[in-house]
Amino acid sequence: MTALPYVDGNMLDGPLGEVFALDLSSATARCAHCGTPGPVAGLRVYSHAPGLVGRCPTCIEVMVRLVRAPDRAWLDLRGTTFLQFPMPPERTP
Amino acid sequence: MGIVTPGFQGRPRVEAPDLPPGQYLTPDFPVLSAGPTPRVPREQWEFVISTETGTEHRWSWDEMMALPQETPTVDIHCVTRWSKLGTTWRGVSLDTLLDGVETAADYALTHSYGGYTTNLPLEDLRDGQAWLVHTYDGDDLPAEHGGPARLLVPHLYFWKSAKWARGIHLTVEDTPGFWETAGYHDYGDPWREQRYQGD
Ligand SMILES: [Zn+2]
Repeated sequence: MTALPYVDGNMLDGPLGEVFALDLSSATARCAHCGTPGPVAGLRVYSHAPGLVGRCPTCIEVMVRLVRAPDRAWLDLRGTTFLQFPMPPERTP
Repeated sequence: MGIVTPGFQGRPRVEAPDLPPGQYLTPDFPVLSAGPTPRVPREQWEFVISTETGTEHRWSWDEMMALPQETPTVDIHCVTRWSKLGTTWRGVSLDTLLDGVETAADYALTHSYGGYTTNLPLEDLRDGQAWLVHTYDGDDLPAEHGGPARLLVPHLYFWKSAKWARGIHLTVEDTPGFWETAGYHDYGDPWREQRYQGD
């Protein structure tokens, strides 16, 4: 009956959508701690906190933190070595 | 002035004259956590104060419990805007733990089981302002509220009262902790509403 203390990374779509012009729901992120790449949607997001804390599902280390003030936001990605996005095909001349 | 926005859980608000600005009163004790809850058996628990010269002062659970105990009743204020008045704890004053610790440090970085950190000036741990507490409201401090033992520094926002406290590094330079490196205020005085950097 105990609810999980975290939710999945899909909940980041809205808050990160305020920051990024890209749709992160289909992005892949690589953990800076253990090196495992995986979908952003697969992160464990602790939201009952002063900010959003997204943790690697493999090693539980922090990959992303987002703090939202009324008029500012802080995005910390030091725990993420890359974000990979699907893009429309490049046009070759 | 006087405009209060709901906390993250949107709980009902009660106005009270003795609350810092922007806070609402809650009868609950919300559980906030930036990660999984560490479960630390008391037999394995230890608390370490390390100084800027590398000297370490260690207490096992039994050694900590053998120190003089105090029962502070204090108001607590979370930066997510809830406040709780008249909470009663039991534990050891930081004055007791720092007694005999020789240091020229001006800053303290508390670190926790689970990896959390938070910084504050060393003087804010002295003079009856801070405790290492193991009991809340007469019962053992539950793990979700920071047990076996947490820091209690009630004159600052509650994120400074590190759950699952494992030790304190005393440092010459200020070292921002987990939330302080992600936009939150370095000091965090609720009466001056120091929530975010620059407040
Ligand atoms: Zn990882």
